[in-house]
Amino acid sequence: MSREPYLLPNGRVLRYTFRERLVHWLAGVSYVYLLLTGLAFWSPWLFWIAVVLGGPTVSRELHPWFGLIFAVGLGLMYSLWARQMKETPADKAWWGAIGHYIRNEDDQVPSADRFNPGQKLLFWGFFWNGGLLLLSGLILWFPQYIPWNLRFLRLAAVIVHPVCTLFTVALFIIHVYMGTAMERGAFGSVIRGDVSRAWADSHHHTWYQQLLRDSAAKK
Amino acid sequence: MSQASTEIVRISGHAGPVAGAGLNREFRVAKLVDTTTCIGCKACEVACLEWNGYPFSETTFANSYQTMPETTWNFWNLIKFNEHERADGSLMLLMRKDQCMHCEDPGCLEACPADGAIVQYANGIVDFQEAHCIGCGYCMTGCPFNIPKFSPARKVFKCTLCNDRVSQGLEPACIKACPTGCLHFGTKAEMKEMAETRAKQLRDHSGFPDAGVYDPPGVGGTHVIYVLHDATNPEAYGGLPKDPHIPWTVQLWQKPLKWIGNLGMIGGVVGVFIHYLRFGPKVVKEDLQESDGGIK
Repeated sequence: MSREPYLLPNGRVLRYTFRERLVHWLAGVSYVYLLLTGLAFWSPWLFWIAVVLGGPTVSRELHPWFGLIFAVGLGLMYSLWARQMKETPADKAWWGAIGHYIRNEDDQVPSADRFNPGQKLLFWGFFWNGGLLLLSGLILWFPQYIPWNLRFLRLAAVIVHPVCTLFTVALFIIHVYMGTAMERGAFGSVIRGDVSRAWADSHHHTWYQQLLRDSAAKK
Repeated sequence: MSQASTEIVRISGHAGPVAGAGLNREFRVAKLVDTTTCIGCKACEVACLEWNGYPFSETTFANSYQTMPETTWNFWNLIKFNEHERADGSLMLLMRKDQCMHCEDPGCLEACPADGAIVQYANGIVDFQEAHCIGCGYCMTGCPFNIPKFSPARKVFKCTLCNDRVSQGLEPACIKACPTGCLHFGTKAEMKEMAETRAKQLRDHSGFPDAGVYDPPGVGGTHVIYVLHDATNPEAYGGLPKDPHIPWTVQLWQKPLKWIGNLGMIGGVVGVFIHYLRFGPKVVKEDLQESDGGIK
């Protein structure tokens, strides 16, 4: 299984494979475009974003297409990670220690597998909200084909779309903050793919120990 | 509004009262459609197409006078026919001129995100500025009357209440063409009074005890008002909504949700920044960095 993460010979650990990184950024870049153009349509005070991005009509035209790209990204992420994102009984204890996690008292937080429960929340939050955004987005894209007696679909879509977006924005803010500022090395892991052994052991102890056992078993 | 320049407020060096000062002129206009005297001749449809320069559209045959199911982006004025069976079993052919209602609280304008794409003038006319339209179609969702429609270029068009004519002191083209006088145009107050008078006449002398005026308060009143034989059942007139409102999901999205969302987003960004100041980054157990990863 060469595609799966493994211990690199140079004392580092492959955290994300090329395919995982590619899919992450497919979703990431399309999400940022969707967020920026979406914010332009959300508030008159931010309408200038659409002007900067090529004009409001262009932004309106491209927004749904990027939505499709983002949906494909989510689908690929699902195929890559759904199994590892499954909730386990141990997650409860981790959430119980969330206060310690927030205060960086990491020695009092239960050790995490490849993805900690917070990352799982991020994944499923984006997955389900993304699904609703796709459905409501399709309705908003083609309102002229929704008959008048099914108008409630359109009325639901205009509220579902922004509400789901706000949930993803909450996740997005935390995700970007943690991935760039709070967890040093995390951003590199999703760009170059590797992390130090210390990083792996500190943040994903259970996962790292399993990698060590696997590599020992192979020898 | 051009009339405002003929209204004098103060005069220099003038002894005595200012002639005309304090006058309260009614700028708000309205179109009155008396459905009880409409004969369904469709002259208003033709006048609308002619004035606005649109071609005649393909018609459909559905065993009725209804040659087109609803208004389209370039067919803004359509008589809706309905063979209505009354409680006593008698038949009535109800005819209503359907067009933009020019709401006082326009749902289209409320829903529109594009700067300057929909404007409401002081005389009550709600007009689309297609050059600013981005083609999102939110106005179509915000409208309780199913009026705004996409053109093939995905820009939204609808009745302008002949804003170009009205601004020059002319009445709308449809009014001009009506042969029975069922269409009237004037100030909102005048039209309302005329409509009420006609409704009373219908109630008192014509055997329509439920006759009344359609000027729905749910959208703040409209600048197109109807006289109906039966104001208790506007739906019978080609689906005129009984109590139209800006849809509640549109209102929720445009007002409270925006505040909650904006505060949430700003709060989130400020929150993570403060977190960084207070707690900083997570640290890794650096001792492993050098040692080649022994199992603990």
